[in-house]
Amino acid sequence: MIKIENLVKRFGDKVAVAGISFTVDEGEIVGFLGPNGAGKTTTMSMLTGYLSSTEGVATINGINILEDPIEAKKQIGYLPEFPPLYLEMTVKEYLNFIYDLKSCTLNREKHLKEICDTVKITDVYNRVIRNLSKGYRQRVGIAQALVGNPKVIIFDEPTVGLDPKQIIEIRNLIKDLGRNHTVILSTHILPEVQAVCDRIIIINKGKIVANEKTENIDELFSGSRRLCLKVCGPAKDILNAIRSVTGVAYAEIIGSSDLDSTSFLVESMPGVDIRKMLFNAIVSRGWTMIGFESMGANLEDIFVSVVDQPEPNVGKKRKSVRKG
Amino acid sequence: MFAIYKRELRSYFISPIGYIFVAVYLAVSGIIFSICTLNAGQDSSVATYFMMLLYMFIIALPLLTMKLFADEKKARTEQLLLTSPVSLMGMVAAKFFAAYTIFAGTYLVSCINFIALYNYGTPNTAVLFGSSVALLLVGGACISVGVFISSLTENQLIAALATIVVILFFMMTSALNSYIDSALIRSVLNWVSIFERFSNFAYGYFDINAIVYYASISFAFLFLTVRVYEKRRWS
Ligand SMILES: Nc1ncnc2c1ncn2[C@@H]1O[C@H](COP(=O)(O)OP(=O)(O)O)[C@@H](O)[C@H]1O
Ligand SMILES: [Mg+2]
Repeated sequence: MIKIENLVKRFGDKVAVAGISFTVDEGEIVGFLGPNGAGKTTTMSMLTGYLSSTEGVATINGINILEDPIEAKKQIGYLPEFPPLYLEMTVKEYLNFIYDLKSCTLNREKHLKEICDTVKITDVYNRVIRNLSKGYRQRVGIAQALVGNPKVIIFDEPTVGLDPKQIIEIRNLIKDLGRNHTVILSTHILPEVQAVCDRIIIINKGKIVANEKTENIDELFSGSRRLCLKVCGPAKDILNAIRSVTGVAYAEIIGSSDLDSTSFLVESMPGVDIRKMLFNAIVSRGWTMIGFESMGANLEDIFVSVVDQPEPNVGKKRKSVRKG
Repeated sequence: MFAIYKRELRSYFISPIGYIFVAVYLAVSGIIFSICTLNAGQDSSVATYFMMLLYMFIIALPLLTMKLFADEKKARTEQLLLTSPVSLMGMVAAKFFAAYTIFAGTYLVSCINFIALYNYGTPNTAVLFGSSVALLLVGGACISVGVFISSLTENQLIAALATIVVILFFMMTSALNSYIDSALIRSVLNWVSIFERFSNFAYGYFDINAIVYYASISFAFLFLTVRVYEKRRWS
């Protein structure tokens, strides 16, 4: 659906995007994750035809954005970082303007009504945009992107500046949209991609440092899995038993409590699932397990480790992890 | 493209700027008209009327063009237009014609002034018509300059002031002549001067060269505006 090959953008001497490639399949929700200044907005600008790439090709539905910009732009709904609203217009006037601007052919009344229902702005339809709250403005911005029912929807930091309740609403809305659209969204907020996206592309300093399914991403970078156990029984014996389980790379006591139980931190070797054997090793010796928690590294840890890597190491680490 | 035209046209009357332009234009042109022609009582004095209108353009037309792109940039709505399925030329033309519609419409209304001439005398209709055509083209050239300058800044006030300066330059280059010795430079200044060329029309001579010149200025600046956006895209 979307194919980006070796896209480069330089502003004078400054390299904002340094050769990135990825594809997005139809119906996917892909999260573009990276710290501020990573090049997310610049990439999206090139994808939507707002900026031209210095090098490389972006195609949408097989159409090259530089060769046939008008046709390519028809496939895309775009919500820029700052929603492009004409504040003096009412929501109704604004959406009708967008409808004309995109030379839409769907039934006007019905189409706009559907969109307003989807993004829940029907009750402010006749209000002037200037008087709307930030949350509603953001929704109007999203509504604008949906006009014409484009196949691809691109959101640049769609939840920035919203309060927590609005953030959750917008995230759910984006998830719903993902059922019928291909969605790319950018964010610097880690839980956001985890909550919404099928796949995560991490970008830093203009380069892609990771591109994985959401559910795979923590294992990819932690390499080993960390577990926290709570067991009632003699601490030393239990520790030895844990260490004797094949696949355990490391174990230590991290605390004890009044319930005469002890907590252990256990790390597996990369790519080995030790959970069953660990459980059996404890229970078969007659000790009682009262806690068993998997501590997959969370996205924050991953993110920091990936982004802080000196560049040559990133590739190596990813490769070695893949093999394991 | 038509969508942008329509929105732009309507926005003139959402903010007061459209009303201000129309009202001030009609009032001032009416006053100039009565001073120049009705009081003077001579047919040829319409020449003065048309020349005075040109002076008014220097201030009035930048009011129409200052917001066209500057406002769009400031409100960040520019991105919307540039990522929608509309060509750059279409976008620029839509804005130009929106301003032009207001200007030309107001001018046509102000032609009511001429009725008075027919009541009290026998004006030269060819002169009135020829001068009007030329005036509408000069207006187009000024608006085109304004469109271009508006695309360079996000500050409306700067856009307006810079447009006034540039139009002033185009209008008045011939006025510099008395300070310049070189015959070559003088003839160049005369050639550039909108004002110099316009005087032909006011005195009854329909100058095709001038028509071509005015139209070329319009096209040139619209084209430059497109180039500004192309350049920015590739920057
Ligand atoms: N128009 C521009 N001119 C010069 N540098 C720019 C321009 N736009 C972005 N940059 C630079 O490119 C880098 C990437 O910016 P951006 O794509 O906005 O990052 P993000 O959206 O991930 O925060 C930043 O270092 C930024 O300063
Ligand atoms: Mg950004």
